[in-house]
Amino acid sequence: MGEEPVISFKHFGFQYRAQAEPTLHDISFDIRKGEKILIAGPSGCGKSTIASAINGLIPFAYKGTITGSLKVLGKETRDMGIFELSHIVGTVLQDTDAQFIGMTVAEDIAFAMENDCRKTDEMHQRVSEIAKTLELDAHLKHAPGEMSGGQKQRVSVGGVMVDDVDVFLFDEPLANLDPATGRQAMELIDGIQRLTGAAVIIIEHRLEDVLHIPIDRVILMQEGRIVSDSSPDELLVSARLAEAGIREPLYLTAMKYAGVRPTEEQQPARIQTLALDVCDKALIRAWYHEAPEEEKRRTAEPFLQIRDLEFTYENGFRATKNISADIGKGEMLAVVGKNGAGKTTFAKLICGFERPQAGRMLLDGKDLLSMSIKERAEHIGYVMQDPNQMICKTMIFDEVALGLVNRGKDSEFIQEKVYQVLKVCGLYPFRNWPVSALSYGQKKRVTIASILALDPEMIILDEPTAGQDFRHYTEIMEFLRELNRSGLTVVMITHDMHLMLEYSERTVVFCDGSIIKDATGAEILTDPVTVEKAALKETSLYYLADQCGISDARSFVQRFIDHDRRVRA
Amino acid sequence: MIRIFNYIDRESPIHRLTGASKFAVLILWSIAAMTTFCTPFLVALTILGLILFSVSRIRLREVRAMLILTMAIMLLNNILIYLFAPEQGVAIYGSRDVLFTIIGRYTVTKQQLLYHANVILKYTSTIPMIILFVATTNPSEFAASLNRLGVNYRIAYAVALAMRYIPDTQNEYHDISLSQQARGIEMSKKENLFKRIAAAASIILPLILSGMDRVDVIANAMELRGFGKNKKRTWYMGRKFTPVDILCIIFGIMLVVFTTVYAMVNGSRFWNPFI
Repeated sequence: MGEEPVISFKHFGFQYRAQAEPTLHDISFDIRKGEKILIAGPSGCGKSTIASAINGLIPFAYKGTITGSLKVLGKETRDMGIFELSHIVGTVLQDTDAQFIGMTVAEDIAFAMENDCRKTDEMHQRVSEIAKTLELDAHLKHAPGEMSGGQKQRVSVGGVMVDDVDVFLFDEPLANLDPATGRQAMELIDGIQRLTGAAVIIIEHRLEDVLHIPIDRVILMQEGRIVSDSSPDELLVSARLAEAGIREPLYLTAMKYAGVRPTEEQQPARIQTLALDVCDKALIRAWYHEAPEEEKRRTAEPFLQIRDLEFTYENGFRATKNISADIGKGEMLAVVGKNGAGKTTFAKLICGFERPQAGRMLLDGKDLLSMSIKERAEHIGYVMQDPNQMICKTMIFDEVALGLVNRGKDSEFIQEKVYQVLKVCGLYPFRNWPVSALSYGQKKRVTIASILALDPEMIILDEPTAGQDFRHYTEIMEFLRELNRSGLTVVMITHDMHLMLEYSERTVVFCDGSIIKDATGAEILTDPVTVEKAALKETSLYYLADQCGISDARSFVQRFIDHDRRVRA
Repeated sequence: MIRIFNYIDRESPIHRLTGASKFAVLILWSIAAMTTFCTPFLVALTILGLILFSVSRIRLREVRAMLILTMAIMLLNNILIYLFAPEQGVAIYGSRDVLFTIIGRYTVTKQQLLYHANVILKYTSTIPMIILFVATTNPSEFAASLNRLGVNYRIAYAVALAMRYIPDTQNEYHDISLSQQARGIEMSKKENLFKRIAAAASIILPLILSGMDRVDVIANAMELRGFGKNKKRTWYMGRKFTPVDILCIIFGIMLVVFTTVYAMVNGSRFWNPFI
C-alpha cells in the first residue's frame, strides 16, 4: 500500500441541516490513483451525498454536520474550500443540459480558466487542444444544448479536463442518454482515465451498463451505509445486489433461471469476459428447450390510425417523414429511437400540440385533426417527461382535480374521482400534502394521476421511468400494466431497453423521422441492423444465446422475458 | 412558436462592436429620442436606425414577433392618447387648424396629427435600435465588456445568463401552456381575454419551479468550476475596444447634446411649424 490514497473516507458521517436523521453513516473507504470505482445503490441510499462530499458541495454549499474524516490528497476537505477542491476533483453532474454554463462549447470548456484569470490567448489555445482530444474541434462555436447526447457528455468532460484534475467524478452519467450513446459515454470515461491516469468515480444504479467497461471496485450502498466494497465479479456472485434492490445483468438472471451458479473465477461482471464451461452451456440450452412456447400476441382492433404524417418545424427540421402506424385498443406500445429521431414530435402531433403539414389521423374512425387540443385530451392523455413542467397547483388534491374543475364537474363528483385515482396511484395517504414534499418519482405519479382523473382511453408517457431506480421502476411499470389490463391503451416513449423488453407487447422504432421497424422488443433487440441504425443496444441475452450456440436468439430472449415475468409477478 | 428575444450570430460591422459600446449608444440614443419632440430629428433617427438595421444583416422576418408586439403597443398608445386628449396637440402648439370633426369633441386637427406623428416617430426611432441591440449582441461578450466598463463580474455574468435563458424559458412556457390546455384550460381565442390572462398566470408556478431547479444546478456547476474564487476573472469572449467603438459612443453623446441644445435654443422641446 505504498502510495497515499487520493481520497480517504474514515468513519465519515453527514447529516443535512434540514433533516432529522444523518444521510451517511460510518463511511470508510480509500480510492487510489488510477482506480475506477462504481458507487451503486438505490435512490435515497446516499450515493449522491457521497459525491457532494467529495467535490466539496458538502459542507460548502449544502450545510450540515460532518462526523469522522474525509481527506483528499491527505488534507481534510472541510479545511480546504470548494475552489481548492475544484482543482483536484472534476465533477460531471447528472443533468448535462442544466450544467452548461457557457453560451458555446468553447466558452463552456474555458469556464474554469476564466475564473482562474488566465489570459484570453492562452485560453483559446488550451481550449483548441482539449477540443482536439475530445473530437469537438468542429463544434466550438455551437451551443452545447444543440449537440447530441454523446457530444454533450464530451463537452462536460472537456470543462473539467482543463484543470488537470486527479479525480473525475461522474454523477449518473447514463441518465437521459439513449442506449448506444450510454455505451459510448462509458467508453469515453474509460479512454479519459487511460489518457490522464486520474482516478474515476462513477455514481450509477444502472450496473450492467457501467460494467460495459472494466471497473476495479464496486461500492454498494444501502440506507446511508456501505454494504459491500469488492470487485464486480465478487459482488455479482453474492446475494448482496438483490438485497440492495439493484438489478443484476440480465444474462446472470438468465443463467440463474437455467440453474447455472456462476463463480468469481468465471468473471461474470462483463459478458465479454464471462467464461462458461460446457456444462453451463448445456444447462442453458436445456432450459431454453424446456421453456414454454412464447405466449401468443393479441391482435387488437385499431384505436388510433395514423397515415402519412408529415411535419417540419419552422426552422426547417423535418421531424417526421411520412409516418403511418396503428395503435390497437388496449395495447401496451413502446416507442424507441435515438434523441431527435421524432418520438416526442410524434406524441405532440397526436395530442395536437403541433399541427402536421400532411397526413391523416383517425381515432375510432373519427377525424382527429379537426379536434382541438382540449377535445383530443378527452380521449388521449399526455404525461410529459419532467413532472415539474406539468404541476401547477401547490396541493396534491388540487393538482389532480384541476382537469375536472376545468371541465366544470361538481365538487362531490370531483372528490370521489380524485380519491379513486389517488388510491390507484398509491398516493391516497398523501392527498392533503403539498406537492413540494414529494420525491421526483412521486411527483411523476401525481402527473400520471392528474391525467388519469380525466378518464382518457389512451395515455402517452414520455420516459415514464427516467431517473428511477429498480424498485421504483418496477412499481411504476407494474402500475401501468395494471391500468393496461383494465383496458387503458398505453404508449411509452423510452430509452430503457429493459422497459421495452419487459413491458411492451409491441415496439415501434424511430430513426431520422421514420418508423424503421415495428415488432416485439425481443425481435428488435436481436436484429443487429435495427439496433445499429436506431442507436439501441443489443441485450446481453443475445450474446449469451450466441455463446451457448442457440441460433434463434429472438426466441431465447422472448422465453426469458416471459419466464421472468411469471417469476417476478 | 413565437420567439421575442434572440441573439442572431452573423458577420457585420454592428456585430463587431463590443456589447458595452452598443449598450451605451442604445441608452444615449433612447434618451435623445424620448426627450425631444423635434420632428425632423426623430425622422432622421428613424432613417438612420433603418440604415443600421440593414447594415446588421438581420432580416425583418427574424424579428417579426417583436415588431408586431411593439406595433400593437404603439397603436394602443395612440388610440388612448386620442380618446383621452383629442386636443393635446392644440394645447402644445398653441394653434388650432381643424381638418374635420368625427363626433362631438373628437375633432381632427393638424396639431393633433403632428403630435401623433411625434409619438409614432419615438417608437420607430427607438424600437429598431432595441431589436438591433438584442439581436446583434452575444450575451457572453456583452458580459465581458460590461465587466470591462467596471460592472462587477458576478452581475455581468448574471445578465448574460438571463439573456441566454430567455429562449429556453420561452420554449418551456410554450410546452407547459400546451400541457395545461390539454387539461382543459382554454387559452385559444375562444376564451375571453381575462380568463386567458388568468390561465397564463397559472403557468407561472411550474415555470418558476422548473426554473428554480435549474438555478440550483447551475449555481452548483458554476461553483464546482471555480466561479467566484477571485476578485477578477478573464473572459474567453473578451474583445478590446476599437476606435470605432469610441466613435460610436461619442456619436451617442452628441445626440443627447443636440437635443439639449435644441431645447434651450428653441425654448421648448417641441418643433413647432405652426408659428
